[in-house]
Amino acid sequence: MTAIRVAGLRKSYGDQRVLDGVDLDVATGTIHALLGPNGAGKTTMVRILSTLIPADAGTASVGGFDVAAEDARVRELIGVTGQFSAVDGLLTGRENLLLMADLHHLPRKAGRAKAEALLKRFDLGEAAGKVAAQYSGGMKRRLDLAMTLVGEPRVIFLDEPTTGLDPRSRREVWDVIRELVAGGVTVFLTTQYLEEADQLAGRISVLDKGVIVAEGTADELKRLVPGGHVRLGFADAAGLAHAAAHFPGGVRDDEALTLLVEGDGGVGSLRELLDELAAAGIAAERLSVHGPDLDDVFLALTAREGAAR
Amino acid sequence: MNALADSYTMFRRNLKHALRYPGLTLGILALPVILLLLFVFVLGDALNAGIGQGGRYVDYLTPGVVLMTVTAASMSAAIGVCNDLTQGIIARFRTMAIARNAVLTGRVVGTVVQTLIGVALVIGFAMILGFRPQADLVGWLAAAGLILLLAFGVTWMGVAMGILSKTPEGASNIVAPLLYLPFIGSSFVPPGAMSPGLRWFAEHQPFTPIIDTLRALMLGTPVGADGLWAVGWCLAMALGGYLWGRSTYRRRAGE
Repeated sequence: MTAIRVAGLRKSYGDQRVLDGVDLDVATGTIHALLGPNGAGKTTMVRILSTLIPADAGTASVGGFDVAAEDARVRELIGVTGQFSAVDGLLTGRENLLLMADLHHLPRKAGRAKAEALLKRFDLGEAAGKVAAQYSGGMKRRLDLAMTLVGEPRVIFLDEPTTGLDPRSRREVWDVIRELVAGGVTVFLTTQYLEEADQLAGRISVLDKGVIVAEGTADELKRLVPGGHVRLGFADAAGLAHAAAHFPGGVRDDEALTLLVEGDGGVGSLRELLDELAAAGIAAERLSVHGPDLDDVFLALTAREGAAR
Repeated sequence: MNALADSYTMFRRNLKHALRYPGLTLGILALPVILLLLFVFVLGDALNAGIGQGGRYVDYLTPGVVLMTVTAASMSAAIGVCNDLTQGIIARFRTMAIARNAVLTGRVVGTVVQTLIGVALVIGFAMILGFRPQADLVGWLAAAGLILLLAFGVTWMGVAMGILSKTPEGASNIVAPLLYLPFIGSSFVPPGAMSPGLRWFAEHQPFTPIIDTLRALMLGTPVGADGLWAVGWCLAMALGGYLWGRSTYRRRAGE
């Protein structure tokens, strides 16, 4: 079953092409991450899929309903939590949830029960009587998510759900997202954090400048970039410059005084590298070995895309 | 059915806001109260002579101040709508399966209810200051109907302007003409006392026939042709504001 199907989606604002032919399929009951840097078009994707704005070209359907022609049907299926808080700051946490219950036309008693259950589940019981404007960032985001869940949506869009949250709140939000999928809900998540995509998503699409530049599981994406790298740390700029001259293919960071050189982390290749350093008289202060991670993929893919233009 | 239920939900949301933060509502009542005090106690004796109603200036004044109470509500509607739009909650509403106009309808009905309460308070205050309305039951009902119609008219206009504004400050600026217009009308003095250019404007602007009709109804004097003009202008404002607000809301909420 396909929960979200997107084909040839395009959207421009004036001269600026935000989405330039996006294709995407998301299976029911999975978490799909749309990963990309700021300005890649992630929020525009969510706005189109959640019926907020029309696309210029291409098709998109959610739960089998076209987002343009059958927008009312789509709205019955979805829940959206944007990157900017969508709570009513002048109402209390409880009132916000009851407002959602009313708008979903739940019977009064069922609405109250649902609100109390969600307050408890999102650890907002104590703050339930306080107006949401007084909530911390993490509490607001939890309330935001709780409001999205009142209508028991089948497909949930989360636009950068943890941007601006402290690490503890971020983990709490992750736990909630995992629970959702366990209940059969489909989650479409945008993020600029590789770790978040790696932690949560079954499949990841990398969006850059309005184009999907790679798609697959986290492991598949990692295989796109061969090997890993060794990070050499230097005491001063002169040491770094000397090493950089010796390894022309290395990635140099003048601020951190580090040089990334290729290396698969095997003992043999590491010994070769150490011998080479000694022979060339390169005085590295620190050395760390890194396996391929999504950072490599992300940087490689988005950089290549940038260079191609 | 859902449209009604959703509008009612939004209406209750606005009422809760108003009860929790009564500042804006009360602030809007301050203007008519100050005007009554100023014109009755400071300027009243001087103006008594000029209006030719047997020295009952407070009777001449009150209907105009009542109208200003209503037009002032358009400002609270504009600021309220604009505030809403700057918050993410409207985007949430738009992704939900709720009646499209419920957000605006709820806001308008909420503002109108507050306006009617405000008008009742202002009339009560005016009576303390000496206002003696002569209307019979039919006259009161007609006056209430006209006030209701006017409230819907200016509130829809205010809502439309609030949607157009990027900031609440901008919203309060853009509705300001609605608040100033009654001053250059028959609120405080008959247009006949004005200079020719101003007089022409005062006699032809929308609020003058509305004030004159309201005054005639409250004081039990004949309404005449002004009544039709008054109802027509109110309907035009309500319909225009509704269509204008609806179309700009659909455009802006999707930004």
